[in-house]
Amino acid sequence: MATVMKKVDAVIVGFGWTGAIMAKELTEAGLNVVALERGPMRDTYPDGAYPQTIDELTYNSRKKLFMDISKETVTLRHSSSDIAVPYRQFGAFLPGTGVGGAGLHWSGVHFRVDPIELRLRSHYEERYGKKFIPEGMTIQDFGVSYEELEPYFDFAEKVFGTSGTAWSVKGEIVGRGKGGNPFAADRSNPFPLEAQKNTVSAQLFQKAAEAVGYHPYNLPSANTSGPYTNPYGAQMGPCNFCGYCSGYACYMYSKASPNVNILPALRQEPKFELRVQSHVLRVNLGTDRKLATGVTYLDAQGREVEQPADIVIIGAFQFNNVRLLLLSGIGKPYDPATGEGVIGRNFAYQNESNIKVFFDKNGHTTNPFIGAGGNGVAVDDFNADNFDHGPEGFVGGSPFWVNQAGTKPISAAVTPPGTPKWGSAWKAATADYYTHHISMNAHGAHQSYRVNYLDLDPVYKDAYGQPLLRMTFDWQPNDIKLSQFMTGKMRRIAEAMNPKAISAHAHEPGKHFDATSYQTTHLNGGAIMGTDPATSAVNRYMQSWDVPNVFVPGASAFPQGLGYNPTGLIAALTYFSARAIREQYLKHPGPLVQA
Amino acid sequence: MTKKVLVAMLLLCTPLAACHRSAPPTPAAYDSATPARQAALLKQGEYVARAADCTACHTAPGGKPYAGGLTMSTPIGTLYSTNITPDKATGIGDYSYTDFDNAVRHGIRKDGSTLYPAMPYPSYSRTTDADMQAMYAWFMHGVAPVAQANRKFDVHWPMSMRWTLSIWRGMFAPKVAPYQPPPGTNPEIARGGYLVEVLGHCGDCHTPRGWAFQEKALSASDGSEFLSGSAPLEGWIAKNLRGDNKDGLGSWTVPQLVQLLKTGRSDHSAVFGSMAYPIADSTQYLSDADLTAIARFLKALPARDPHNPSFAYDDRETKALQKGDDSKAGAAIYLDSCSACHRSDGQGYARVFPALAGNPVVQTVDATSLISIVLRGDTMGATKTAPSTFTMPGFAWRLSDQDVADVVNFIRTSWGNQAPTVTAGDVAHLRTGEMKATFQANHAHGARTR
Repeated sequence: MATVMKKVDAVIVGFGWTGAIMAKELTEAGLNVVALERGPMRDTYPDGAYPQTIDELTYNSRKKLFMDISKETVTLRHSSSDIAVPYRQFGAFLPGTGVGGAGLHWSGVHFRVDPIELRLRSHYEERYGKKFIPEGMTIQDFGVSYEELEPYFDFAEKVFGTSGTAWSVKGEIVGRGKGGNPFAADRSNPFPLEAQKNTVSAQLFQKAAEAVGYHPYNLPSANTSGPYTNPYGAQMGPCNFCGYCSGYACYMYSKASPNVNILPALRQEPKFELRVQSHVLRVNLGTDRKLATGVTYLDAQGREVEQPADIVIIGAFQFNNVRLLLLSGIGKPYDPATGEGVIGRNFAYQNESNIKVFFDKNGHTTNPFIGAGGNGVAVDDFNADNFDHGPEGFVGGSPFWVNQAGTKPISAAVTPPGTPKWGSAWKAATADYYTHHISMNAHGAHQSYRVNYLDLDPVYKDAYGQPLLRMTFDWQPNDIKLSQFMTGKMRRIAEAMNPKAISAHAHEPGKHFDATSYQTTHLNGGAIMGTDPATSAVNRYMQSWDVPNVFVPGASAFPQGLGYNPTGLIAALTYFSARAIREQYLKHPGPLVQA
Repeated sequence: MTKKVLVAMLLLCTPLAACHRSAPPTPAAYDSATPARQAALLKQGEYVARAADCTACHTAPGGKPYAGGLTMSTPIGTLYSTNITPDKATGIGDYSYTDFDNAVRHGIRKDGSTLYPAMPYPSYSRTTDADMQAMYAWFMHGVAPVAQANRKFDVHWPMSMRWTLSIWRGMFAPKVAPYQPPPGTNPEIARGGYLVEVLGHCGDCHTPRGWAFQEKALSASDGSEFLSGSAPLEGWIAKNLRGDNKDGLGSWTVPQLVQLLKTGRSDHSAVFGSMAYPIADSTQYLSDADLTAIARFLKALPARDPHNPSFAYDDRETKALQKGDDSKAGAAIYLDSCSACHRSDGQGYARVFPALAGNPVVQTVDATSLISIVLRGDTMGATKTAPSTFTMPGFAWRLSDQDVADVVNFIRTSWGNQAPTVTAGDVAHLRTGEMKATFQANHAHGARTR
């Protein structure tokens, strides 16, 4: 029998960004809050202690901060006619675990969203006609506008201590010629911190982009350009470009994380309790299945514990949110055969391509060991709908950037095309090119399709006896068109740098999704937000349509992927949802949107 | 305990052994007050208890507020703080106001015996009657009663005999009388003096102690020993709080001191070692006016060193480090292990990473604190207005005694800092057995950094 804990006002599953934001907001509203984190306690000290954290083998190669896939993982297949197999070695994506979640090991690229991407289907139908969107592409609107979210983007940036250059503030252009992004939406305030300095690579990218007529801007970065104190009184140190961001806890306290930016304030809050090594098995529902009564979890000793609560926040990583909904029987599972059902629907990713340029050893020295995860220079000329998609025949955009995040010794072996893979020629090329190369990315938006979805695997179970989540996913013709187009447009920047060699990697027709090589951990959808319960799992406040005291914040709510990195939108949507809970739900518990 | 102390006590015992006050009991102000006045008394009492930092000793880590049980290792043995909640059986619930006053200001227990001077009654002896009444009201009516029996002390002979304590009291505790600043003292500085000398009992740590562990001065008017810094205790020195530029507060401004006492950090410095506790338990709760009064009082204390040269920044080391010259002993270690946060110019980053250039705690004659923080590291205490707890990692596992001595000497003699150098032996003395073991484990196979 499960031990039954004292009832709390709200229980939060997962303590990453969404869990931390919800915990702060709900305790501010006077609620007693318990957060359950399946992984261990983690903090800058000792997990990011200098110099132990400067250890590529432990953190990057052996993936110390990531999910323990010997206990639970996902299964993968390319289509519903394939048999899925477990993801047993980390490759394409790296989900986190532990206090801070992905927010501890992320890089720190902190964007907002391009406004049109929040109403993607409506926008494309209006500009290009209904027939432009291919058959089987299931993109839709988020159900919330940029204008509604702007105050929450603004506040999230203040909490994160984001560095960047505004283009326009309250309609007035302030960033022309200074590194602002002319395609960026208007803002109510400048960034809390000025943009970080740029590396040599980013400066070369900037010059080359300008030379080909593009509009380079400073990447908004949640790595600090100077010391900072956020609205919660939490402090950050200045980033020193050590390059140990993605996959590491930042030893300088200069990369925003739930641990650095929110947890210190929560530790002063007696209404908050964080329980680590608490693995939630399911959300419990009342007998009529209309309300959640709390959650059941396994504690560090493997004992079942029931935590009753009036509100349940499912704030785990994207696919764990979807899995917990499926395991708990909340919402109707998606059926790709009929297109009906919502849980697991619209699973989307990121459509990345990469170009590397190589200079002669007497050419530019790029010092790739320097870096910061959120830092760099980008162009948005081909992002969102900033260009005419009509003649191109695909949906979606892509920013391009040099985001030099520090090339560490083990992963530093970068050689031009045609170099042997081993031997003295390889050694010589590695030595010649390490400090003379630049890597740039097209961070393409990925769309959602009827055939890409999530459900429970019928065969494989986790260490606790519950079915694994199954991903059915492959690149679609629209993705390949976008990737080829964007790589071509980005190649113009590479060529303008006059390099000795260029290597480019884009998606190609006939090539399947390759789970073995790292791409990005920007996974989206599966419990998407929207305006219609027939096509979305949660409403605009990320409140379950079916069980209104369950909220599911996170990228699981994105109906499709963005051109930008997702964290900024996740944070803003979570603050937006929290505000609705505080101002509307607590006064009148029940659905915040009538279906 | 030296023989000298023992002899002195035995000689002095007879005439002073019995000095239990036998005056008529003073009524408690709370009992006859109006409800509004009662509420005001409780509020004042809570504030006075914060200013007097009763929590520091009377709340054990993880324990109920004021229920006692904190273990205090002292030279005379192990003491355990007592339950001062209003529980009648195990706390002070049956104390009259006079009993309470006897304990706090006179150092005398309800049974007539003398308290161990771990209870700072020599400082509290000058608490005002109004504050005493308010504090009594708070402990009787504001604090939740907790049933938790006091632990028996484990004190060595002869101090295990309580009568020996009464001799100490007779020799070192001042006469009980409300605090009186010297005539003509500015009222704000007088308020600061009351908070520092009496309620805050800052001298308990910051004033050097004499042959019988008595504070050498209990008041600013007792001379330049007052708050001039302590001998090392638990690896830390309580710093000189007088006007000395080098190792005191001479280079500090009043706003910086207020910021430090309120948040545990200032633009250029951060609290470390044992001072984190009084910041967290006491000073962060004081009003800005009182913190300013404390700062003004401290800033009015003359320097101990009559010459008192002021700090002058010298950029030689900065220039050398910035052009890659690490030839000065300790410079390479500083670059590798310290400069990311404290910077090559020794200035740190405002409110985040303390400056080392001109910092008084790195220039004390006795380098114990600086050596200890390099060996052990430390974590900034959280306060309500500054909740971040930055941790400096310890380097004992990684740096040898000579490495630590080199980097400590580099810090103590760079950017204009002037302090005597230390030796590897000074470091070895502060390295605990556990630190030795971790160092050896990490260097067993010639490994340098793991």
